[in-house]
Amino acid sequence: MRADTNMNIVVCVKYVPDATGDRKFESDNTVDRVGVDGLLSELDEYAVEQSLQLKEKQDDDTTVTALCIGPEGAADAVRKALQMGADKGVHVVDDAIAGSDYLATSKVLAAAVEKIGDADLVVCGMASTDAGGSVVPAMLAERLDLPQVTFGSVIESQGKEFRIKRDGDTATEVIGATAPLVLSVTDQSGEARYPSFKGIMAAKKKPVETWSLSDLGVDAGEVGLDAAWTQVEQADARPPKEAGEIVTDEEGSGADALVGFLASKKFI
Amino acid sequence: MSEVLVLVDHVDGAVRKPTYEMLALAKKLGEPSAVFIGGSDKADDAVASLKKYGAEKVYVVDDAEIKGYLVAPKAETLQQLVEQASPAAVLVTSSAEGKEIAGRLAIKTESGIITDAVDVEEGPVTTQSVFAGNFTVKSKVTKGTPIIAVKPNAATPEEGDGAGTREDFSPTISDSAKKAKIVASQPRKASGRPELTEAAIVVSGGRGTGGDFDPIEGFADSLGAAVGASRAAVDSGWMPHAFQVGQTGKVVSPQLYVANGISGAIQHRAGMQTSKTIVAVNKDEEAPIFELVDFGVVGDLFDVLPKATEEITKRKG
Ligand SMILES: Cc1cc2nc3c(=O)[nH]c(=O)nc-3n(C[C@H](O)[C@H](O)[C@H](O)COP(=O)(O)OP(=O)(O)OC[C@H]3O[C@@H](n4cnc5c(N)ncnc54)[C@H](O)[C@@H]3O)c2cc1C
Ligand SMILES: Nc1ncnc2c1ncn2[C@@H]1O[C@H](COP(=O)(O)O)[C@@H](O)[C@H]1O
Repeated sequence: MRADTNMNIVVCVKYVPDATGDRKFESDNTVDRVGVDGLLSELDEYAVEQSLQLKEKQDDDTTVTALCIGPEGAADAVRKALQMGADKGVHVVDDAIAGSDYLATSKVLAAAVEKIGDADLVVCGMASTDAGGSVVPAMLAERLDLPQVTFGSVIESQGKEFRIKRDGDTATEVIGATAPLVLSVTDQSGEARYPSFKGIMAAKKKPVETWSLSDLGVDAGEVGLDAAWTQVEQADARPPKEAGEIVTDEEGSGADALVGFLASKKFI
Repeated sequence: MSEVLVLVDHVDGAVRKPTYEMLALAKKLGEPSAVFIGGSDKADDAVASLKKYGAEKVYVVDDAEIKGYLVAPKAETLQQLVEQASPAAVLVTSSAEGKEIAGRLAIKTESGIITDAVDVEEGPVTTQSVFAGNFTVKSKVTKGTPIIAVKPNAATPEEGDGAGTREDFSPTISDSAKKAKIVASQPRKASGRPELTEAAIVVSGGRGTGGDFDPIEGFADSLGAAVGASRAAVDSGWMPHAFQVGQTGKVVSPQLYVANGISGAIQHRAGMQTSKTIVAVNKDEEAPIFELVDFGVVGDLFDVLPKATEEITKRKG
């Protein structure tokens, strides 16, 4: 009974520019991923957390592999996942990948998941904090021909049967599917743990593999900026906003001024 | 002129406003064809309203067989329609579901995808607002059929009769598209207020409400506005997650956004920064939200809002 509950979990973690830093575009209209500090996308910490909780629920033979596609610095994101408790890391790095769109990113991720092999669960965050499209998990499911169970706020499992709760646009739903599957989890799924001192020390000994496109059998011509199926033609910084009018409320003056402003803009 | 497919966003046959907005955009690119996937008993009403907002053609796909499954069958349906109609573009709502459908369709049809478009012009060239609204980006799809997920409020719906020709379509749905099943569904209770992402005015409350949303709701109702909340208010259990505005909640872009007792963290800004007019009420004159506003009141929301509500009600009365 135990053996068949062992799982092979791959958690996809992205390395993103720090949202509190000065995010900008390069002259070729790709996101500047070198000039700003990066880190493991906060929303992917929830994916790591849920993967670890699943591992703790199953038995010891469950393996959590953190998978990241990104530049050299992205090794930091893999390390952070290992410090939190993931068992292994895979970092796909290749100059040809720079500027990839969702289609190429999902292609490389799918190839890496296949190379890792026998994944029961591919766990993703609900969105990356830079691109933020929330499309990679669905694309991965399409490419891997697996069921997609996305935007889970509560994750329940019994063996390989999964049930998640998701807050949809117009309804709260329960989605069910059987592993292997692609799961994405929201920031409602539960606080992510901080790496402990022990975790940080242990991470130093955990194996991290670095793969290039050729290791994955993906042709460099199929990815990167030149192969992208979309093209950014123009990226303009928003003009600085003119300072608004600010009043201080004194015995009701604030409400009057507010109503006056709304009326002047024809909202009343 | 080529067709432009617009996937109809509806709840039980009731067409939602973003669909009409997309029909207006589709008209700029070609001939708008709506794709209604839903109950066949609801189709006639839907066709009538889609026609009114400019649909030349309405593909009606009976969803009896695919209703209980997540996005994959809808992506397969659209793929088959794309093959049949060779459209100039496919437009879907940029909601969580819409984007997932778009993502899968992009792979199936080997086409480029653009999400979160706030405008679509001839080309098609799309406009997106990125990095919490700090950049405006114009993009184009360079391969396949442009698949564009469009945010609510990207355009103004245009009334003007289309031909509204109904064409029934039966897709072939594979077994593997039926592997993720909706086991249970609890429709959200109608609040009687406008839908958050569609509303012209949004009034939000944060931690500064201390859990009392009465002044927020009262003010919202005086303006006919939707109610929103910061994550702090949601995490405290004061409001359901569906009301959260921000990076991990809804992204709104109304004519007017009023933030009350909200500090203006970057993740909150990501959900409201593109609002046309921004107003804040906050006790702390140093609150970062004041950097964004067109108009701000430094004051206690429990003083300012009830008085403003009373005044507005009087003026409207
Ligand atoms: C990965 C991630 C995702 C996130 N996603 C979101 C998101 O989608 N949406 C979101 O909102 N946040 C999000 N956050 C959280 C965000 O960082 C802030 O913590 C949150 O927005 C703070 O909410 P707040 O402004 O209501 O509370 P606070 O920051 O505590 O601000 C409360 C404000 O109320 C004012 N105030 C207090 N009393 C009164 C009064 N009586 N009258 C007037 N003003 C008063 C105070 O001066 C203060 O400015 C996210 C964070 C992370 C890490
Ligand atoms: N470069 C990447 N490396 C690893 N995982 C990624 C990458 N890009 C996206 N993902 C995963 O896909 C999720 C959704 O990303 P997105 O579709 O970009 O919003 C993220 O939360 C990650 O789990």
